Amino acid sequence: MKSLTWLNIAAAALLATSLALVWFAAPLEASMGAVQKIFYFHVAAAWVGMVGFLITFVVGIIYLIRPNPKLDWLGAATAEVGLLLSIITTVTGSIWARPAWNTWWTWDVRLTTYTIAILIYVGYLFLRGAIEDPTRRARFAAVYGVVGFISVPLTFLSIRLWQSIHPAVIGTATPTSQGGFDMAPIMALIVILAQVTTVLVFAALTATRYRLLELQDQVDAQRALALQAESDLPSHSPATASVAK
Amino acid sequence: MITIAGLTRSYGLRPVLRGVDLTADAGSITAIFGPNGTGKSTLLRVLATLIRPGGGTVSVAGCALPEQSEAARSLIGAVLHGPLLYSELNADENLRFYARLYDLPAPTARIDALLERVGLTRRRRDPVRVYSRGMQQRLAVARALLHQPQVLLLDEPYTGLDPAGTALLDAVLREQAQSGAAVVLTSHDLEHGLALADQVVVLARGRVQLATPSHEFTPEAFMARYAEVVA
Amino acid sequence: MKRYFKVIGAVVWKDLAAELRSRETVSAMIVFSMLMVLVFSIALELNRGARESTAAGVLWATALFSGTLGLNRGLGREQDRGTLEGLLLAPADRSALYFGKFLSSWVLILAVQVVTVPVLSVLYNFNLAQPLVLLSLILGTLGYTGVGTLLSAVSAQTRARDVLLPILLLPVSVPVLMAGVQSSGGALAGEPWSELMIWFSLLVTYDVIFLAVAVMVFEAVVGE
Repeated sequence: MKSLTWLNIAAAALLATSLALVWFAAPLEASMGAVQKIFYFHVAAAWVGMVGFLITFVVGIIYLIRPNPKLDWLGAATAEVGLLLSIITTVTGSIWARPAWNTWWTWDVRLTTYTIAILIYVGYLFLRGAIEDPTRRARFAAVYGVVGFISVPLTFLSIRLWQSIHPAVIGTATPTSQGGFDMAPIMALIVILAQVTTVLVFAALTATRYRLLELQDQVDAQRALALQAESDLPSHSPATASVAK
Repeated sequence: MITIAGLTRSYGLRPVLRGVDLTADAGSITAIFGPNGTGKSTLLRVLATLIRPGGGTVSVAGCALPEQSEAARSLIGAVLHGPLLYSELNADENLRFYARLYDLPAPTARIDALLERVGLTRRRRDPVRVYSRGMQQRLAVARALLHQPQVLLLDEPYTGLDPAGTALLDAVLREQAQSGAAVVLTSHDLEHGLALADQVVVLARGRVQLATPSHEFTPEAFMARYAEVVA
Repeated sequence: MKRYFKVIGAVVWKDLAAELRSRETVSAMIVFSMLMVLVFSIALELNRGARESTAAGVLWATALFSGTLGLNRGLGREQDRGTLEGLLLAPADRSALYFGKFLSSWVLILAVQVVTVPVLSVLYNFNLAQPLVLLSLILGTLGYTGVGTLLSAVSAQTRARDVLLPILLLPVSVPVLMAGVQSSGGALAGEPWSELMIWFSLLVTYDVIFLAVAVMVFEAVVGE
């Protein structure tokens, strides 16, 4: 079996194990109850998602200096998986916010930055979808992968500054309240496991997506060969031309 | 002046040029014929440094493409499908703008001479948007000649020209060749192209099927040969 | 170097001369801005207190959205009529072409503000044309136009062009919007310079970073 399949199986197994541990083994946190269990994967999804965007950014820079379709496939794959993880981050963050800060949505620095990052990478996918020529698509995606990523820390900074002037959190707790629970040893262990799991799931999804883009490229190349063979034949003999298809 | 060997180029997934070999000398006119969609325009766009060669070697006016595109640009003049003109501006302003892009030392005299040559002196203050297709084409030719290019590339330059305009363009192209430029044009008019050019080239299925001196053919023989090669 | 500025000057001159004749882009941008001001006034049902605090927001939203209109046309038209090829045929540095297109778009966007600011001042019944508000507009639109010029060159060469530019440009411009609204809003509320300085520094940082990045990657977008 291919190494990609093994990676996927390992990721799935580890995901099932850590989810089971989160649900059944992790103790109920006293003040927040069951919703605290979001925390394990929320944090992992947040940073691994950002790493995905970082890879798209780095790969984009390399592509602009030394174009290579493999870099483009990797950048597209990590952007997609990063987007997925960022959406998970924002949704779980919002569910977290409900009991912690007594509101579904707060203009919390991190939550808002992730939401804007989601919009940027949705734009990135829109852009890819709007260009047919593979080299042009790769070039433009690399450019936007760079520009988009640079704006993320600036967004974070501006929201943080804005927050320091207008405290936006409604309810009683402060934005730092997520650190306000005691961690049992078993919890610490599951936290680490959740990080490892998320990294592995990220790797598996990225590798699978990369493989799909690679296959897509091979299909396109075959089609191009077929087109070439077709146009080599005399144009007025449709019978032979259809054989070439 | 122009040397192409094994040039390939695809658009997206579709291979357009599939190993083009061609040379065009200084002081000569080369006419390229071929059915629609065989890559004539693509070939000219590669020579004009607008698109990169996919493979093979291309040298224009002593500059290897794409490495020396920057240097090549000041030596190449091109008339492409669009007239490359700004419709709100008049003829004078259009040429003045391009003269600044090409950093010409004394543009006024050059612009006057070119407008006179293409017969637009009287209309030079009219905005290009009121020009007829033929007048725009004359101005496009003047624009391409502005910086006295060593290589002149023209993509179907006779479209939209009346007989007087056609005769004028013939004369201008011959002058350019006589003064040492390499002129390459694409055309669908076999007879006219054969009469004008020193070398005739037939491009079909992404390759050069025929490239010979034009004096080897009578118009009838060339048409027969063309039909044979393209089929 | 002289030659570099000559190219920038030529592109700016050409764009502004053409715009002065047709006035198509600038008039569309102004009409759109006026409509946005009107829509905001109706939608927000502003009383005097609310007006003062939202004026900066309305000003910036109007500037950014009408700016998208101008940016879309700037390189979109060059692409449509094929004149982009004319620019690329010339032996001119691509970054000089970028600066030329950037400057002419910026001038148009600022020209629209020359109309919007007084109109908004009259409608909202207090003076928006204060030095710090204008400085904030100048700095903010600079960075915005800088990325916008780059991204309009991207979107002009895609199938979905008109819808794509705002989708690409607006999320990347969030820092400009925040710093712009905070700096001009703070200036209107009479906050001292020491409080506002941080926002102006953020605007300058954004401008520097995005202009530099845009110049560096512009060639990858227009040239092949």
